[in-house]
Amino acid sequence: MSDDVKKFLYLNRKAPYGTIYALEALEVVLIGAAFDQDVSLAFLDDGVFQLTRGQDTKEIGVKNFSPTFRALGDYEVTRLYVERESLEERGLSPDDLQEIMYEDEDDDWAEKPSIRIVSRAEMADIIAAQDVVLSF
Amino acid sequence: MKFGVVVSEGPYTHQAADTAYHFVVAALAAGHEVPRVFFYHDGVNVGTRLSVPPQDERNIQEQWSALAREHGIDLVICIAAAQRRGMLDEKEAERQGKDADNIAEGFRISGLGQLIEMGIQTDRLVMFGD
Amino acid sequence: MSTLHTVNKSPFATGSLRSCLAHARSGDAVLMIEDGVYGATAGTGLSDEIAAAARGGGIGIYVLGPDMAARGLDAGRVLDGVITVDYAGFVDLAAKHDRAVAWL
Repeated sequence: MSDDVKKFLYLNRKAPYGTIYALEALEVVLIGAAFDQDVSLAFLDDGVFQLTRGQDTKEIGVKNFSPTFRALGDYEVTRLYVERESLEERGLSPDDLQEIMYEDEDDDWAEKPSIRIVSRAEMADIIAAQDVVLSF
Repeated sequence: MKFGVVVSEGPYTHQAADTAYHFVVAALAAGHEVPRVFFYHDGVNVGTRLSVPPQDERNIQEQWSALAREHGIDLVICIAAAQRRGMLDEKEAERQGKDADNIAEGFRISGLGQLIEMGIQTDRLVMFGD
Repeated sequence: MSTLHTVNKSPFATGSLRSCLAHARSGDAVLMIEDGVYGATAGTGLSDEIAAAARGGGIGIYVLGPDMAARGLDAGRVLDGVITVDYAGFVDLAAKHDRAVAWL
């Protein structure tokens, strides 16, 4: 890795809509993508609720930003780590999450899933491998 | 060592802006550099020059402005978060057709890129929020 | 390579401290600040769990003294093995470890 590329991790631990943190975190990810850094997103604790299918905000009058996650591949943000234990504690399985895909330029643009389910121990290792961790 | 600092809660309601301030003062006293502090989420409200806290309370905005003046710290307010919350500098107020601006001395409004740049250019990034 | 984790929530209000401890690795430091300092007190329902993490996990547990004092928690109430630091100590911990992670 060259000296001017750092590993950035966006640590998402809050549910969407009740507070603005999840939405404004996503805004940082989109802007940050232009800086050609090594970017990953982590979803743990209530952060896993950000990725659920079927979010419909019409009746609360707030913008539904969940489709934006599906656009992250176009910004070359292709690693969304989701903690298995956090899902299970909340009665969720990976099937409850949106399908988020990216095209792998190193593999003839094959479509691949951006969401990677990891264990709590693996999440600890992912955090420990970063240069910069932005918490939301 | 260079520290980048993020403040992501508003003043007075949450302790984040106070803790960040004491952290920065201590870092400077220890001989470290703090080139920039980035204000995000409700943290942007720290930079209003229109707050008038009671005389016997600390003035959080003035503390930060003084620190910036003495140590050349770049206090950056995120423009996207600021516009949602009614924080405007003179140029932006004019552009948006608003009749007032409210940015305090030492603070400036800029983009989220400044946060990423701070992460790249400093040795440690420390976040204070809720 | 190690991490300074900061926790600013009371462990009686949120799961932040527990989640932080579950993700901290040997050689890391956990610093309780703001309302997080309530996690450093002895004789609570969570004391044993936190003390066990401090002893067994190879994790250094710290608490910010000024936040303890502000809340009327005197040094005698601090759990065994938890080290009290001031803001300068906070800065030293951030400098000593390779990254800071805030469990907001």
